[in-house]
Amino acid sequence: MSEQATPLWEVFIRARNGMSHRHAGSVHAADAEMALQAARDVYTRRGEGLSIWVVPSAAIIANDPDEKGEMFEPTASKIYRHPTFYELPDEVANM
Amino acid sequence: MYTQALNNPAVEAGVEDEEKLAAFQARIDREEKIEPNDWMPAAYRKTLVRQISQHAHSEVVGMLPEGNWVTRAPSLKRKAILLAKIQDEGGHGLYLYSAAETLGVSREELVDQLLSGKAKYSSIFNYPTLNWADVGAVGWLVDGAAIMNQIPLCRCSFGPYSRAMIRICKEESFHQRQGYDLLVAMMKGTAEQQEMVQDAVNRLWWPALMMFGPSDKDSKHSADSMKWKIKRFTNDELRQKFVDATVPQAKVLGISLPDPDLKLNEETGHWEHGEPDWDEFYNTIKGNGICNKQRMKDRIKAHEDGAWVREAAQAYAAKQAAKKSAA
Repeated sequence: MSEQATPLWEVFIRARNGMSHRHAGSVHAADAEMALQAARDVYTRRGEGLSIWVVPSAAIIANDPDEKGEMFEPTASKIYRHPTFYELPDEVANM
Repeated sequence: MYTQALNNPAVEAGVEDEEKLAAFQARIDREEKIEPNDWMPAAYRKTLVRQISQHAHSEVVGMLPEGNWVTRAPSLKRKAILLAKIQDEGGHGLYLYSAAETLGVSREELVDQLLSGKAKYSSIFNYPTLNWADVGAVGWLVDGAAIMNQIPLCRCSFGPYSRAMIRICKEESFHQRQGYDLLVAMMKGTAEQQEMVQDAVNRLWWPALMMFGPSDKDSKHSADSMKWKIKRFTNDELRQKFVDATVPQAKVLGISLPDPDLKLNEETGHWEHGEPDWDEFYNTIKGNGICNKQRMKDRIKAHEDGAWVREAAQAYAAKQAAKKSAA
């Protein structure tokens, strides 16, 4: 394999207006323009999208899954952040 | 990072940590999905890389037998359908390569494994497509068998593989229907056209049954794959489901299936069938099938002929990037 590896891009697609872009998959392409075209051909052959973002995979910063505990557990103990923590008087039907 | 932009496989050797192994199996048993950066046993990673990449290679090589008929499709409608189907197969290959790459193996390595003959692909694509009805029979039987295999894979324990399979299954349904539709049209035609359908089915029936892999008693990889919930049904179970679904469709089509042992077991409700020729299966897997050499020759040629395009695209990208940073 003397050939240079073709960069990897992550593809995000907005299915329709009113929705956010969602991760659809990835493509390899030499540059952003080709990545967009490849993303269109690979991920929107049946009207799956109205808008595409491509992002160089190497530009994505992610948390370390081994430190998932420190990262996310603190929220588990804060049950008062949820409306169900509070009991309403019976006279109040909905709030 | 969802997909790892690595060009080297992660090396995990030696004995696994018992505690980690137990926690991993417990996650699988709870039907939790495993994502690329989660801890996993080296054997689980290896099994998935092998299976997903073989699956990807099969999609890509699978474009060849159908591509054989693009320029000779009998109408513009059939040609457009065939082109769309072949494009889907290429797309399926790409979804699957992406899923395999999340396990730390690069696209270049995967392609290299196919072209060097190190990696396998489905035996079915080493059979020729001799008449136009083969295009229909491939859609009906080959894609039909693939769907049976792939639907349980949508629930596979590895997240990226499962997500790729969900997309693929949605699209496969079109593949099978267009094939059946093509055969129905030919069965309404002349006696000669009807004979072409029967001929295609006679040749492709057994190879389609072989797509489910060796009989359970000879299958090497099943036990671990079942434990890890990569696989949900055994080869023989899936083969039976396929036969049960396909026999009534053959009847509607008005053709016979080339198996003298095929008979309905009234008690179980299943269609009993004969054994595929396993010598033929292993011979094809080993590289001695009818079209193995042609398929590899075509793939290698396509890859080599495309080298200058990949090179030019990268040179252009580098030039644009240099221009941008200079400005």
